[in-house]
Amino acid sequence: MSTATLSRPMARRDFLRLSAIGGGGLVLAFYLKSAGTSSAAEVVNASGATEFSPNAFIRIAPTGIVTLVSKQPEIGQGIKTSLPMIIAEELEVNWKDVVVEQADLNPQLYGGQSAGGSRSTPTNYENFHKLGATGRAMLIEAAAQTWGIPAGECFALGGAVHHRTSGKTLKYGELVAKAATLPVPASAPLKDPKDYRILGTRIGGVDNPKIVTGQPLFGIDTKLPGMLYAVYEKCPVFGGKVVSANLDQIKTLPGVKDAFILEGTTNTAGLLPGVAIVADSTWSAFSARKQLKVSWDEGKFANDSWDAFVAKAKELSSQPGHQQVHKDGDVDAAFAGAAKVITADYSYPFISHLSIEPQNCTAHFKDGKMEIWAPSQNPASGNGMISQLLGIPATDITVHMMRSGGGFGRRLTADFIIEAAAIAKQVPAPVKLTWSREDDLHHDQFRAGGFHFLKGGLDAGGKIVAWKNHFVTFGTMEPSRGGGSSVQPRSGGSLDADQFPSRFLANYLCEQSVMECNIPMGPWRAPGNNVFGFVMQGFIDELAHAAGRDPLEFRLDLLGQKKGGNYNADRMTGVVKFAAAKAGWNPKQFEKGRGQGIAFHFSHSGYIAMVAEVTVSKDGQLKVDRVVAACDVGAQIVNLSGAENQVQGSIVDGLGTMMFQELNIERGRIVQNNLGEYPMIRIPDAPTKIEVHFLKTDYPTTGLGEPAIPPVAPVIGNAIFAATGTRVRQFPLSRTDLRWS
Amino acid sequence: MSKYTLNVNGQSRTVDVAPDTPMLWVLRDHLDLVGTKFGCGIGQCAACTIHLNGVPTRACLTPVSTVGRMKVTTIEGLDPAGAHPLQQAWCELDVPQCGYCQAGQIMTAAALLKNNPNPNDEDIDGAMAGNLCRCATYMRIRAGIKRAAEIAVTATGGKQPHVAATMEGAK
Repeated sequence: MSTATLSRPMARRDFLRLSAIGGGGLVLAFYLKSAGTSSAAEVVNASGATEFSPNAFIRIAPTGIVTLVSKQPEIGQGIKTSLPMIIAEELEVNWKDVVVEQADLNPQLYGGQSAGGSRSTPTNYENFHKLGATGRAMLIEAAAQTWGIPAGECFALGGAVHHRTSGKTLKYGELVAKAATLPVPASAPLKDPKDYRILGTRIGGVDNPKIVTGQPLFGIDTKLPGMLYAVYEKCPVFGGKVVSANLDQIKTLPGVKDAFILEGTTNTAGLLPGVAIVADSTWSAFSARKQLKVSWDEGKFANDSWDAFVAKAKELSSQPGHQQVHKDGDVDAAFAGAAKVITADYSYPFISHLSIEPQNCTAHFKDGKMEIWAPSQNPASGNGMISQLLGIPATDITVHMMRSGGGFGRRLTADFIIEAAAIAKQVPAPVKLTWSREDDLHHDQFRAGGFHFLKGGLDAGGKIVAWKNHFVTFGTMEPSRGGGSSVQPRSGGSLDADQFPSRFLANYLCEQSVMECNIPMGPWRAPGNNVFGFVMQGFIDELAHAAGRDPLEFRLDLLGQKKGGNYNADRMTGVVKFAAAKAGWNPKQFEKGRGQGIAFHFSHSGYIAMVAEVTVSKDGQLKVDRVVAACDVGAQIVNLSGAENQVQGSIVDGLGTMMFQELNIERGRIVQNNLGEYPMIRIPDAPTKIEVHFLKTDYPTTGLGEPAIPPVAPVIGNAIFAATGTRVRQFPLSRTDLRWS
Repeated sequence: MSKYTLNVNGQSRTVDVAPDTPMLWVLRDHLDLVGTKFGCGIGQCAACTIHLNGVPTRACLTPVSTVGRMKVTTIEGLDPAGAHPLQQAWCELDVPQCGYCQAGQIMTAAALLKNNPNPNDEDIDGAMAGNLCRCATYMRIRAGIKRAAEIAVTATGGKQPHVAATMEGAK
């Protein structure tokens, strides 16, 4: 196992700033500045108290209470607990003395503040170690100077500095005034991981006490004096415009303060045209909306339908792809010489994120400035458009980062924030915009549907000799580089050249064709990978069975054939073997109706393998009996409780997505309205046995919000095949008849 | 608009609202009790679960005019000290991810435990099937309810949570 020594150069030079506060608290603020900036410590006296308050990651009070600032959006991934744990570990304080404070948006001070791509842990991990370690070194130095002894004779433990030989002790609270006068060291030793007392343990979420007692916490809980409540109705066909609305009637309804049309733009991730109703309560606004009558210009996408897209995809599949994603060797020649060739079509529909807290945002426009309270994964993302659309300098926009009731990628897009700001600009009071669940389902930034037309060839020895995939995806008209515009896939709708088993086969061809639509598409937990894992690991399983080989042995053989690229086949082999060992891989042990499957996937820096056992009744009912996950996300699990929770949740989420989630499109609009028509997984379908294993390796620590999603659907699908002989090639599961006799 | 005097968490609270206003919005907008959450508005997610005379009820489908003198209990009033066995167990086992649905989960589970102090998986799945958790923390919800049942019978708690995840070296 590696130690925590920093081996890679930091992207940005960082230095510490030291201030003294009134009352003698120690403030360490971690600045992220470009190279060449002075790294000297700056000491500010008590009169400088106002300087530190928003700028600090660490504050230690004379009482010994340690306040750690969390800079990232908290969306349920646990970052508000895990990143402060890193500082607390190196600072050498007791977790019970730590108070975590949520930062406002201030990227100049804190660096990037967005929660996406499972990047919060890897991008902050080393910096946060250094921050805590530097604070610890300064407190040790303060104690050493107080005692008049060398710092080397002292050590820090449990929020205090101790003298090795005499046993003398000074608590951190007693050292803050002295420490605040010291220069900041250029570097400080990091702890040896074997001495960790916080990292790798189970720490409960810092907001849990508020969550279980119902205290205000989430974006939707925001309430300001004199606040009004808004709803916003958009055209059900994406990009449609308002022609007229019965505003005069709406304004007469009980509680309604105002109603107006926002012209908006054509950007489906920005401010779409619509009608705002502002009222004295949420219910007044919701009730008035039932009386709203809008005449829409639905535009050119009003005839789009899923069925037509399915037919078009089939048509495209027989033609050359619009783009070549990646090619190795000569697949046509290899297929001609193959002992066995199989084909399979995989597909999946558009789905919603369905974050359980509907989109909402509170905004207050006053004296030319906009103040925003947003449950967002990317709180800075709306500022550019707000500035441009509403004519407010970006520097006059303040964003308060509120806890989000689920993200899953939905809240990376700022459409709801921009809408709230646009409404607030016309209202002489703070206003909270609340989307209904129907709004949320109709106007998501959807996970794109897609179609894969696959062909695989095997030689007489049961090895893959050729692989071809024609991926038909969706795109929207976007500006092209070098002028003009073209239909381009959105996040998660584009295959990449390195998608496994690319770079593992001598003859490989992946092509992509794009169908134009105007459906908003955005990242959905493990974008692209959440479906590509299902397709690739499903088809690999088909090839293994066609070859008459054990699915585990077939995969290990394939992982041993690496021909290039950055995919770490050794790490994947490690987790595949680990999962198989922990699960007791032995697919032949089960009688018909029960089956064991295996799958793996790399995404978001994580190498994850799973083995599942399922039972399928003769009438086709699926029960997932057991899922075993082996995860390699590097050298250190930050919070064992949070990490395990993410993997457990991913397994159940991935299963639910496969079983239930599907949106239909007719007449250019989403057909489903609410949970009654859009079922989500409930507790009876959640497996009772999920085993999560972390394999520690000598690689940097990475995130866990996403990478455990992609292997879930294929491992279930592969187990279903083992149980029944029926191959699942479509989401949701209801499209496949699982009955057997 | 009409005036309603309600018994909420043991206190008498008066609101002046339209008769069809759901209790969800009375609690959230008018009484500043925001622990009861809006998720779907049609009784399908149960994030808004409250107790009416001890019976778990969807606040989004309960017009204020139908409540009368019934005792309304919200997550804020479940336990005077915020230390109901379920609240303790939820913190001890770190059940939440985003946490948005958890008040509703706890309110439904509290009614379950009142009727069945020692539920098994099947009992839990039956009672909790109406409560959606989008983060899918269902495994920990099951474990949390069982742990709360233990806490309820042993005042001191004491038993350590089951540790499911393991960490091993690569070599």
